[in-house]
Amino acid sequence: MHDKTLTQLAAALQKSELSSRELTAHYLQRIEKADATLNSFISVTTEQALTQADAADQARARGKTNLLNGIPLALKDIFCTQGIKTSCGSKMLDNFVAPYNATVVEKLNEAGGITLGKTNMDEFAMGSSNENSHYGPVKNPWDLSAVPGGSSGGSAAAVAAGLTPAAFGTDTGGSIRQPASFCGITGLKPTYGRVSRYGIIAYASSLDQAGPMARTAEDCAHLLNVIAGHDARDSTSVARVVPDYAEALNAPLSGLKIGLPVEYFGDGLDPDVEKAVREAVKVYESLGASVREVSLPHTHYAIPAYYVIAPAEASSNLSRYDGVRFGHRCENPEDLIDLYKRSRDEGFGNEVKRRILIGTHTLSEGFFDAYYKKAQQVRRLIRQDFLNAFKDVDVLMGPASPTTAFELGAKKDPVSMYLQDIYTIAVNLAGIPGISVPAGFVGNRPVGLQILGTHFAEAQLLNVAHQFQQATDWHQKRPAFAEETA
Amino acid sequence: MQWETVIGLEVHVQLATKSKIFSGASTAFGAEPNSQACAVDLGMPGVLPVLNEQAVAMAVQFGLAVHAEIPEVSVFDRKNYFYPDLPKGYQTSQMYHPIVGPGEVEITLDDDTVKHVRIHHAHLEEDAGKSLHEDYHGMTGIDLNRAGTPLLEIVSEPDMRSAKEAAAYLKAIHSIVTYLGISDGNMAEGSMRCDVNVSVRPVGQAEYGTRAEIKNVNSFRFVERAIAFEVERQIELIEDGSNVVQETRLFDPERDETRSMRTKEEANDYRYFPCPDLLPVVLDQAYVDHLREALPELPADKRERFQSELGLSAYDANVLSASRSMAEFFEEVKDVCGDAKQAANWVQGEFSGALNRENLSIEQSPINARQLGELISRVMDETINGKAAKEVFQALWNNQGKSADEVIEAKGLKQVTDTGAIEAMIDEVIADSPAQVAQYCDAEPEKRGKMIGYFVGQVMKASRGTANPQQVNKLLKEKLDAKL
Repeated sequence: MHDKTLTQLAAALQKSELSSRELTAHYLQRIEKADATLNSFISVTTEQALTQADAADQARARGKTNLLNGIPLALKDIFCTQGIKTSCGSKMLDNFVAPYNATVVEKLNEAGGITLGKTNMDEFAMGSSNENSHYGPVKNPWDLSAVPGGSSGGSAAAVAAGLTPAAFGTDTGGSIRQPASFCGITGLKPTYGRVSRYGIIAYASSLDQAGPMARTAEDCAHLLNVIAGHDARDSTSVARVVPDYAEALNAPLSGLKIGLPVEYFGDGLDPDVEKAVREAVKVYESLGASVREVSLPHTHYAIPAYYVIAPAEASSNLSRYDGVRFGHRCENPEDLIDLYKRSRDEGFGNEVKRRILIGTHTLSEGFFDAYYKKAQQVRRLIRQDFLNAFKDVDVLMGPASPTTAFELGAKKDPVSMYLQDIYTIAVNLAGIPGISVPAGFVGNRPVGLQILGTHFAEAQLLNVAHQFQQATDWHQKRPAFAEETA
Repeated sequence: MQWETVIGLEVHVQLATKSKIFSGASTAFGAEPNSQACAVDLGMPGVLPVLNEQAVAMAVQFGLAVHAEIPEVSVFDRKNYFYPDLPKGYQTSQMYHPIVGPGEVEITLDDDTVKHVRIHHAHLEEDAGKSLHEDYHGMTGIDLNRAGTPLLEIVSEPDMRSAKEAAAYLKAIHSIVTYLGISDGNMAEGSMRCDVNVSVRPVGQAEYGTRAEIKNVNSFRFVERAIAFEVERQIELIEDGSNVVQETRLFDPERDETRSMRTKEEANDYRYFPCPDLLPVVLDQAYVDHLREALPELPADKRERFQSELGLSAYDANVLSASRSMAEFFEEVKDVCGDAKQAANWVQGEFSGALNRENLSIEQSPINARQLGELISRVMDETINGKAAKEVFQALWNNQGKSADEVIEAKGLKQVTDTGAIEAMIDEVIADSPAQVAQYCDAEPEKRGKMIGYFVGQVMKASRGTANPQQVNKLLKEKLDAKL
């Protein structure tokens, strides 16, 4: 059952070959069995999931036919869920239960989706390996000694291991695409503004975007159909018609113009990863696409610009965790300053503290122009690079990450960790959509092909990804761990 | 040495929107603590601000009223600092691109001269909550009802040169915002709060002196008192050979003094940056024009019209245009009675006096403009005399009748103009006052005019105030002079 895609499971539910309760119970058992090893969930909401499943079955019996009704899902623990703990991977919010649902959660609930639980993540979405979680690292189901990527590592690992048909993540600098790549699944970061950020705990507000993580592009299309759209509660969400993302999946690719950014195939790229990506590009050529090299000349400024802008916003966004109204509060504070200092010192992990310090510094008087303002100028140049490239080509392709999943504990130096996001981070700065699809292996570790499109080109990206998955079977490979725990 | 005072004001005006600037929670004053704070106001994780369009419209209206530039684009910034009643750890404000650009306010001074004070800019921001230090046994209570209430901060140029000018400026701002209906202007409830920047310099010096910012100056009276104290303090410091320190000071109305809060060195670095959760506010010309057309007549225009069209003195025009409710009341009285000067006298005299005595606002007045206008009409058409008019006014005030006519009728106050009836009363008074008559006849002719007052009084008393005083005067004089 857990080998099937979401689309296949939906068809089975539709034909009454199985009930949502059976399906949900199956995945809950899978989690029960496998997650002690993987650690991909922070909370498992067994009772609520079964209640929701029964309700979905009843709704179906009454004639509710939408595709997602009765499908089990997992949510990164960054989406606020009414009545269920939302920790954001942090000790700071270990006791936090939101009195509201994120808009994404609201939409999934309305569609009849079942919440299996909340998945593990790097604390406040800051990290590329899921090792920064207060709840411990997540293991990569393809190789238990490797990281699953981050920050949406729990969501990626859970989907790859067959603990859920699909999950939702957020992507601020690659946090959907890089773990999708490391875990051999399909992960889409939509255009900034396509999905409401309301109720998603903010890391860097101008970059954060939620998206689906599933087995196939087709699954992602169905999930995006449900969560996309304008939300009056998020001023940065865009009022633009939401197309049916599943409709264009089968459009032929003949005449598609693919650009390969030379900067994405340079130093630091693992040759085996490069080989897999170039093989994938050849598949597209066989489907009728043309390929040319393009240049994104400001690519090497993306990481420095990101590590000014994202921490600056984070330092401000995370100021609300002061021990006064919710979240961790130190014991017996002596005075106000002591309350602030100890609550924050005890509640936040090292990477979060590091980024708050960087952000506080770069926004300080005397540094603002040199850092923040400059970074915003660079950001405009990076965006312009992409827009220029999209004048000549339809999509860009390259690796999602310079390497496959690395060993747990391998990257001690923060900067080497930051460099992990070299191919994903510019995409967030430009606000464009990107998708990672499975495109081979290096040893037993998956390689992700990243496909980028211009603003609001999600339908095209999903079409391009889907066609690849019609021509290849990388997305159908399953880790041995999934079978061992079956 | 002669010193010149230089003053600039930052006035925070609470906008009278129904809901908060970034959330749907109510802004009503005086509710149970924390009963009007939603997830957005509490700064809960994941929630986002949504700008209240009404607050934008009100800010623009203010800008138009002070002839300010309205920039096409304005931007919200975050002002970052930790404080328990600041839930998000930042205040959403406008640092670099405010919604209202440079403008100008007309103020009227005590000698009725008019001065122009320049507005540097005005920006929108959210209010913080309140820290409650009493009754919590060593702890601090936090009430976030006020958090997120929309404020318009109006920053003047340092154009004022005396405490009186500063107070006049504050009154002018008060009058503009209440005219526009964008604030209730209630200083006691904190709807208008004021920070004062004060410095002194030798007369003739071009550079400004070092300034102190005085916080918590929350009434017209306190503005004058705080400045008076501060100016004296600064002059004393300099004359003693010491220096004024740039600092923030707190006005203590109990002790009538200002105290140091923090110096420049202790000042926060607020780390302003554009709020990524809010889009820039873009105002198209049609929207601004639409608001401009809908502006009511403003105090300065009214003042001008009251003088040029109605012939009122500068003083009267100023007093009667000070608030929209006063001006509207006056104009209705004037329309009913048809005489602006009579209306002005009555509104500023008897009517304002009665309001002040009972500490009532115009809205709370027991007598309405129509009643007062009709009362004045009855004086003007000589149905009643001035003395009776006061009695009618009091009766209407006390709700002893619906209209002037009703009271006049019920109390029999209609003026007696029948010559025969008046003559009869005069004859009686003269007959009853032989001594006074003799005195009158013996007096020097130029003193008789004064002495006649006694007889007038007696006749009026006999008529219970209803006799026409002019007639009484004339007839008395004839009859007394006949006895010479």
